[in-house]
Amino acid sequence: MTLDIKSMLQPRVRDLPPSGIRKFFDLVNEMKDAISLSVGEPDFVTPWRVREAGIYSLEQGHTHYSPNAGFIRLRQAIAEYLQRSIGVPYDPRSEIIVTVGGSEAIDLALRALVGPGDEVIVPEPSFVAYKPCAVLTGATAVPLPLEEKDEFKLTPEKLLSVLTPKTKALVFPFPNNPTGAIMTREEIAPLVDILKERNIIVLSDEIYAELTYGSKHVSIASFPGMRDRTVLINGFSKAFAMTGWRLGYAAAHPDLIGAMYKIHQYGIMCSPTTAQYAGIEALESCGDEVEEMAREYNRRRRVMLKGFRDAGLDCFEAKGAFYLFPSVKKTGMTSAEFCEKLLLEEKVAVVPGEAFGDSGHGFIRACYAYSVENITVAMERVKAFVARHRADKQ
Amino acid sequence: MDEILEILEKNGRQTPAEIAAMLGRDEADVRAAIKKLEDDHVIAAYTALVNWEKTDLDRVTALIEVKVTPQRDRGFDKVAERIYSFPEVKACYLMSGGFDLTVVIEDKTMKEVALFVAEKLAVIPDVNSTATHFILKKYKDKGFVFGGQIEDDREHVLL
Repeated sequence: MTLDIKSMLQPRVRDLPPSGIRKFFDLVNEMKDAISLSVGEPDFVTPWRVREAGIYSLEQGHTHYSPNAGFIRLRQAIAEYLQRSIGVPYDPRSEIIVTVGGSEAIDLALRALVGPGDEVIVPEPSFVAYKPCAVLTGATAVPLPLEEKDEFKLTPEKLLSVLTPKTKALVFPFPNNPTGAIMTREEIAPLVDILKERNIIVLSDEIYAELTYGSKHVSIASFPGMRDRTVLINGFSKAFAMTGWRLGYAAAHPDLIGAMYKIHQYGIMCSPTTAQYAGIEALESCGDEVEEMAREYNRRRRVMLKGFRDAGLDCFEAKGAFYLFPSVKKTGMTSAEFCEKLLLEEKVAVVPGEAFGDSGHGFIRACYAYSVENITVAMERVKAFVARHRADKQ
Repeated sequence: MDEILEILEKNGRQTPAEIAAMLGRDEADVRAAIKKLEDDHVIAAYTALVNWEKTDLDRVTALIEVKVTPQRDRGFDKVAERIYSFPEVKACYLMSGGFDLTVVIEDKTMKEVALFVAEKLAVIPDVNSTATHFILKKYKDKGFVFGGQIEDDREHVLL
């Protein structure tokens, strides 16, 4: 009998669409001399004291499993960090779980909560993993397109427009990848009023919480009554430049953390021990480094924002994460065309907005986790490119 | 103000226009602020950080510990001035601890350093003793690692 593996694949997995811009990324990877503004991770190396703590733990022979939920010392450090940064208390023993990056926490939360018949609201444009993770559980992912006119914020009207009796979870991705949008206390408040009236759990992905400019990050979990309705997801990748360590966490009601714990202990066992030791050091003594990196990102953000605007592109002032999301509609090109031509003609790589959801059409994501020198040169090329192509049109 | 200094200390060639863009300020304001820092000598000079090892020149850097006798009324300043006024002295610091002055001689040959110590420094009346240390290798200077920067090898993954 011939083996037909394709027919044996679980339909939900088989039918997951492949990433639409893989080809584009292959092209970028081939062009070694291109200036890339397309990587979504810090250019900084993990602060030395953090790397050193990881190395020291290895020298000491700490090479075994940790408790499934993570070392209690790390969970305590996380609880203290959450208390001082967003003012929300969590019990390190029952309300916090250490995961393999924030991404595992997203997957765990969705698998613990939703399944066939449930709806998960996914505001877009947003991080590429929410929708597939929801779909893999059998739940329906309901995209909620956010708009430039709202600076890509989630408004109460928009939220109300997609709520149904089947809605079980809302992904709340702020500060946002790819738009850089943040939500202020005043903007979150009316959403809280809506959510508190219903049985909906908020998946608040706060991985970029340390990277807001001009105002401090506000967590939806800090609103009265919202702590137990929220799964707070965060991690070490962005704030401490620790992407490769794969270390994140979730904080939520003990019943929910308990359910996530079950999936985590069978699927993962525990997060990497070395990373956990490094993570303790990061939380306990890297305040200065985090601040320094955030200050540097802010400078780059301003340089890039000015660059896009000088080039004649419309770009709202994003105040979080390390992305800008300018519109390329004025050039008459689709974002995919813009990105490909910009890469081929000017050797600058940015990502088409639709990679992050259909409402990203007409926009590009540019990451400013690059040196000011690189950004400056890239912006000069963007300017030349836009000038040439606008002239072409006339 | 502090941020301007911080940026210029890292890269003295950053232009007022670039700094203004980085800080979201008006270029003229930044230009004026830098001018004031220069006039007040807060910014003492702009220099290049040279890695002499990369050149063909055979030069050394010496760090000399000097014990001196402080003078009535003038303390250490007078004798320090006699020492730092020599052009070959690149830096001179008053120290706490077991000796009084650190004197740095940069980019000279071994022989030149020896001559300086023997003929200029040790013979100053208030200088009691000197101990000369040669720097064998500079790993890091003014916050910059001389070995080179870590290369940006981040892959293009979609996230």
